Amino acid sequence: MPANVPSAGVATAPKDNREKMLERAMSRHQYSGDALIEVLHTAQELYGYLSPTLLKTVARKLRLPPSRVLGVASFYHFFSLKPKGEHTFVVCLGTACYVAGALGLVETLERRCAKAGQTSPDGKVSVQTARCIGACGLAPAVIYDGAVMARVTQQTLSGELERIGVQ
Amino acid sequence: MTVEELFESQNEELARQGALENRIYCCTAAGCISCGADGVRHAVADEIERQGLKGKVEVCGTGCLGLCGRGPMVLSSADQQVYGNVTAADAPALVNTTPEARAPLADRAINPDDPFYAKQERVVLSGSGRIDPERLADSIAQGGYQALAKALTEMTPREVIEAVKGSGLRGRGGAGYPTGLKWELVAKQIPERKFVVCNADEGDPGAFMDRSVLEGDPHRVLEGMAIAGYAVGAQQGYIYVRGEYGLAIQRLQTAIKQAERERLLGNRVLDTGFQFRIDLRIGAGAFVCGEETALIASIEGKRGQPRQRPPYPPESGLWGSPTLINNVETFANIPPIVQKGAEWFSSIGIEGSRGTKVFALAGKIKNAGLVEVPMGTPLRTILYEIGGGIPNGSKFKAAQTGGPSGGCIPEQFLDIPVAYESLAKIGSIMGSGGLIVMDDSTCMVDVARFFMEFCMDESCGKCIPCRAGTIQMHDILLRATRGEANEEDLAMLQEMAELLKDTSLCGLGQTAPNPVVSTLKYFPLEYDAHIREHRCPAGHCKFEAVAAAMEGTE
Repeated sequence: MPANVPSAGVATAPKDNREKMLERAMSRHQYSGDALIEVLHTAQELYGYLSPTLLKTVARKLRLPPSRVLGVASFYHFFSLKPKGEHTFVVCLGTACYVAGALGLVETLERRCAKAGQTSPDGKVSVQTARCIGACGLAPAVIYDGAVMARVTQQTLSGELERIGVQ
Repeated sequence: MTVEELFESQNEELARQGALENRIYCCTAAGCISCGADGVRHAVADEIERQGLKGKVEVCGTGCLGLCGRGPMVLSSADQQVYGNVTAADAPALVNTTPEARAPLADRAINPDDPFYAKQERVVLSGSGRIDPERLADSIAQGGYQALAKALTEMTPREVIEAVKGSGLRGRGGAGYPTGLKWELVAKQIPERKFVVCNADEGDPGAFMDRSVLEGDPHRVLEGMAIAGYAVGAQQGYIYVRGEYGLAIQRLQTAIKQAERERLLGNRVLDTGFQFRIDLRIGAGAFVCGEETALIASIEGKRGQPRQRPPYPPESGLWGSPTLINNVETFANIPPIVQKGAEWFSSIGIEGSRGTKVFALAGKIKNAGLVEVPMGTPLRTILYEIGGGIPNGSKFKAAQTGGPSGGCIPEQFLDIPVAYESLAKIGSIMGSGGLIVMDDSTCMVDVARFFMEFCMDESCGKCIPCRAGTIQMHDILLRATRGEANEEDLAMLQEMAELLKDTSLCGLGQTAPNPVVSTLKYFPLEYDAHIREHRCPAGHCKFEAVAAAMEGTE
C-alpha cells in the first residue's frame, strides 16, 4: 500500500459483495451506534462515497436517527457525500506546503479541472485540499490517486494533467 | 510470553543480528516511501539474492532516519553509515561493504559528526531507524517491553506514578500538563471501569512527529499505554489515529496483533494477573478532535464537538468513565522513564521542561526532517546547526511553532531556550512540535490569514465566539492582504482577538488569535505597509482591486 491518505474514492470490491461486507462490519460492532464512524469508514471504502440511500441504510441498521448519521457524515472532512472523479488530486495546504507555494498548484487545478472540493463536469478529476498530510519534508506535496507526489512544481503537475488528457 | 522468555528472545534476536555481516535499514517512513524507498528496498533484496548472500546480509524497512529532505535514506549496520538520496541502482554498492564497492555512494554518505546528528539526543526516537517496525523481535531486541515487565513485576502502580511524577515529564501534545499529576488523578477515581486513550490525531499543519513515532516504533507506544493502564487501573486502551495516516494505521494494526499473540497485551500480560487491550479508532478528519472532550465524543461515534469542562476526562471521560488521555510522544517517553528511572530523565532538559522534544522541521530550511533535542536547546542551534540554516542565501524572518494555536518567533528571540515557559513568554507555545521556518519571501499578514482560515474551516460551530469570530477575523485579514482594510479594521482585529481568547469554549477558539496577535506584535510594519501603503514587503500579496481602482482614477 502506498503512503495512502484520503482514499482515492475508487470502489474496490465487486458490486454484489459490498452489501455483505458492510453488513459484516456492522455485525462485528454488534450494530452499536458507538461504531457509527467505523461503519461509515467501511461504507465509503466500499462504495466510494456516502449516498443518501447508504446513509439511510446505516441509520436503520444501527438504530440511529437519520439526522445523527447525516450530522456525523457531514461533520468530518474525510467523508464524501458526492461521487468522486476518475482521478483525485489532493493538494496539501499544511504550513510547510503553503510556504512552498501550494496555493499556486490549487489555482492551476481550479483553472483546469474543478474548484477545490468539487469534481470536473466530465467526471474526470476531483480536486481536494488537505490540512497537512504530514509529509512536510517533501513540500509542496500532492496526493495523486493515493500516492504522494513530492516537491510538485507547476511543470510536473501539468505533465500529470496532460497524461490523463486534461486540456 | 513470560518475563524470562522476553529476555531469552531478546538474546536470541541479538545473537541472530550479530551473526550477520551487514543489515541494511531502508527508511520506509511516509516521506521516503513517496520518493521511492520501496524500490530501493526491493532492489537491495534482489541483489542479496543474486550474490547469494542470504543469511549473511539482510535488508529491512525501518522508521524515520531523520533527514526527510534527502530521502530515500539508508543505514548500513556494518559501518553504521547513513546514506541519503539513494536509488535502486545503488543496491550493489550497499550490499558490499568494501571501500571500493561503496565508492559510488561516497558523495551521498552523511557524516555522523554532522551537527544534524551530533546535536540531537534521541530518547523517543531511539528505536526509529534502528528497528524494523513490522517485526516484534526487532523491538524486543532493542529492549522493548522490558519496562512493562519491570513495572508489572517489580513496581506497584503507586511507584510507577511516582516515577512519572518525579521525572518531570509534561504532556507533549501542546498544553504541557504534568503527566504524573494526570495519572494520579485517574488512579484516584473510584469507578472500576477506566480507559487509557492515546491521542494520535496529530492535526497541526506542519507537524509529523507523532506519525513518525507510530510508523517507526509502534510497540513503544503500545508499551507506554500498557504501563499507563497498569498505573491507573485501566484494562482497555484506545488509540485515536488520523484517518490520513494510512501507513501508521497499518503498522499499529500489525503491532497490536503481534503483541496480543505473544501475550504482551491481552488477558494475562507477560503471564501476570494484569490484563490490557488496545483498540484503534480511526479519525475522520476534524482538527477539533485533538481537543480531549471532542476526541471522546468522536470515539463514541458522535460529531467531534467539545463540551464544557469540568468535569475533566480524568473524572468523567469516555462513556462517563475516568479516562487518561495522553499524546503519542508522551506515551513514548514512558518506557525509558520506567526503565532508567526518574532521575535519569530529569537530568535531561532544563528546570520546568524535562526530557527531550521531537520537532518536525520544515519550511525554508536546508535539513527538513525530524529532530529530537534536549529541552532548553536554543532555537538558533536547532535552526542553524541541526537544520543547516536557510537555503539559497535568503534571510530568516520568523519561526512558527505550535501551528494555528502558536505564534511567529522573530529573529531577536533566536537565542531563547526552547522550553514551555520561555516560548509562552514571547507569545508562542511549544505546541506538539511543528517548527516551520519562514524567510523574507513569506508575508506575515498572509500567514496570519492562512492560520485564521484554517481555524475558520475547522471550527466545530458549537460556540459563537469561535464560529462567528474566526469568520470575522479572517474577513479582515483577507481584506488586508488585498489592500482593502483600514485602521479601524485593525483595531477591530485586536478587539476580536481578545474576545475569542476570553470567551471561546475550547482551546481551538481560545488560541486561534495567537498567530494574529504575535504577527501584529512583531511585524507591525508589515501590517502598516498593507493597510496604509497597499504594499506587501514580501512581494506576496497582489493588490489587484486597488490597482484597478487607481487606474480608473487616472
